[in-house]
Amino acid sequence: MSSQENSEENLPTKQDSAHGAVAVADNPFADPGLPPHEARQQDLDDRTAKRSERTVALLFTVSMLATIGFIACFVIFPIEKIVYIWPIGKVSALNFSLGLTLAVALFCIGAGAVHWARTLMSDVEIADDRHPISAEPEVKAKVLNDFKQGAEDSVLGRRKLIRNTMFGALAMVPLSGIVLLRDLGPLPEDKLRHTLWGKGKALVNMNTGEPLRPEDIAVGSLTFAKPEGLEEHDHGFMNEIAKAALMIVRLQPEDIKDKRELDWSHEGIVAFSKICTHVGCPISLYEQQTHHALCPCHQSTFDLSDGARVIFGPAGHALPQLHIGVNDEGYLEALGDFDEPVGPAFWERG
Amino acid sequence: MKKLSARRRHPLAAFVVLLLALAATGGLYTAFAPADKAQAEETAQSLAIEEGKKLYAVGCSSCHGTGGQGSSDGPSLVGVGSAAVDFQVGTGRMPLQQPGAQAPRKKVIYTQAEIDQMAAYIASLGAGPTTPTAKQYSPEGADIANGGTLFRNNCAQCHNFTGEGGALTNGKYAPDLTDVSPKHIYEAMQTGPQNMPSFPDTVLPEQEKKDVVAYLQTVNSDKSENPGGLKLGGIGPVAEGLFAWIFGLGTLIAVAIWVAARTAKAKKS
Repeated sequence: MSSQENSEENLPTKQDSAHGAVAVADNPFADPGLPPHEARQQDLDDRTAKRSERTVALLFTVSMLATIGFIACFVIFPIEKIVYIWPIGKVSALNFSLGLTLAVALFCIGAGAVHWARTLMSDVEIADDRHPISAEPEVKAKVLNDFKQGAEDSVLGRRKLIRNTMFGALAMVPLSGIVLLRDLGPLPEDKLRHTLWGKGKALVNMNTGEPLRPEDIAVGSLTFAKPEGLEEHDHGFMNEIAKAALMIVRLQPEDIKDKRELDWSHEGIVAFSKICTHVGCPISLYEQQTHHALCPCHQSTFDLSDGARVIFGPAGHALPQLHIGVNDEGYLEALGDFDEPVGPAFWERG
Repeated sequence: MKKLSARRRHPLAAFVVLLLALAATGGLYTAFAPADKAQAEETAQSLAIEEGKKLYAVGCSSCHGTGGQGSSDGPSLVGVGSAAVDFQVGTGRMPLQQPGAQAPRKKVIYTQAEIDQMAAYIASLGAGPTTPTAKQYSPEGADIANGGTLFRNNCAQCHNFTGEGGALTNGKYAPDLTDVSPKHIYEAMQTGPQNMPSFPDTVLPEQEKKDVVAYLQTVNSDKSENPGGLKLGGIGPVAEGLFAWIFGLGTLIAVAIWVAARTAKAKKS
């Protein structure tokens, strides 16, 4: 009970009604009250106030002129005109002038408003006392009573059947929303497991659109290929190339450490999926001396001379390799699809 | 006579005589050189190879072996072609200053004539990509838009979309292509210097290399135009966002502090 006994002392001393009469009492923690209001030059001298008014008006006028300048620049400058502006360099005259005039127009409105508020608007300090926010005990009691009465009147407590079925109905309603989610799109089915690659599909150079021959690919070179028959303007090209993107490098066959990689290569030419197995970034930062391929997103590093094994980074498994060979006409071809899903792992991948 | 003799003994007289003699020798040489032109053309190649061999013996053989066969310190140069020499020496990457993750671009220490001689010697060791002619890499007649597509397909993964460069593994990096001459860009694609893979004509034909060079000239040279204004290093939206947050917001905060710190009162406290 000691806190209650001391409560009177802990309260601040009564504030002096007159502003600024700082009470230097025995209590060093007494509320000093508000400092006395100080006038601004503008409050004392009408000429200074007039000058401030003119400054604000000038800023607003400059803003108006800048807006007119914006419209004028929009009309005057052709979109392709390039000018040199130090230190930015060669920029579009239109972009630069529109940006500059709009910036001036907005800045002057802001600066004018700030100057107005600081010099001319009233700056007399106002103190507003805080009041308790809790309701009176009678009001509280009445509200609680009303609620109890309402609950009784609704007969919800007695008619259990109504109550239970109502809860059931309310619980079921959200189900329709969940069912609608099914309309977000078709199920992926086995799309993630298959690409356009298949037995006999020729490897087509992404740069030239021509099928590749083994002799085209030099040791140390890097080539990207798409499956034969997939054209850039085809419907769904992006979806297909996102899975089928292939990078082809040529190693010295004796440098290939992985047995299966060697079996699936052709004269040292190996073809790997270009899609990182971590989160699916295109990965083709190939270092031809170390045979490492680096993913630019999260630095997963794959050793292309050792079955594209992960040697660094968050990727979970090696890049899928495409089994390649040469067809009767001497062009490189796939001898089947990738034997595992390309790209990042998913729940059902296993 | 007195004046003349006085001048004869002038301390600079010896230098004047030397200069005259040098000029006369040079003049005589240029006057007589065309007479040997026909013969010179026949032997120019072998002469360049001879000279190149000497330069090679002095500057390169300690790492690449006396006959370009390579050693534990440097790869074999048989079959790398003249383009590789022109690129490596012409950009100052070779001779190597010190072993490390990657040979950096630095001051070129050989003249173009000396580089050509070394290139001729290396080319004589085995067939390889030859130094391109100005016609091959000049941006005239190039499809810049196609160059952009090719650059994004083949080069941008390491060199960034406008050739600003980027990091690779273990301290290696793809260099910034801003001031690289069209010839050296062309040669880099041909030869695949250091860890860069090569893009031989069989997979990236001559015309397409030209397109790539023209694209780089358009987006990443002192002639390139930048309609949006400041490029901020051209390294993507993260850098641009960071710039806006730090400098844009920073300026606003600084202005707010400045406005609040200045009192409007008549009596300054």
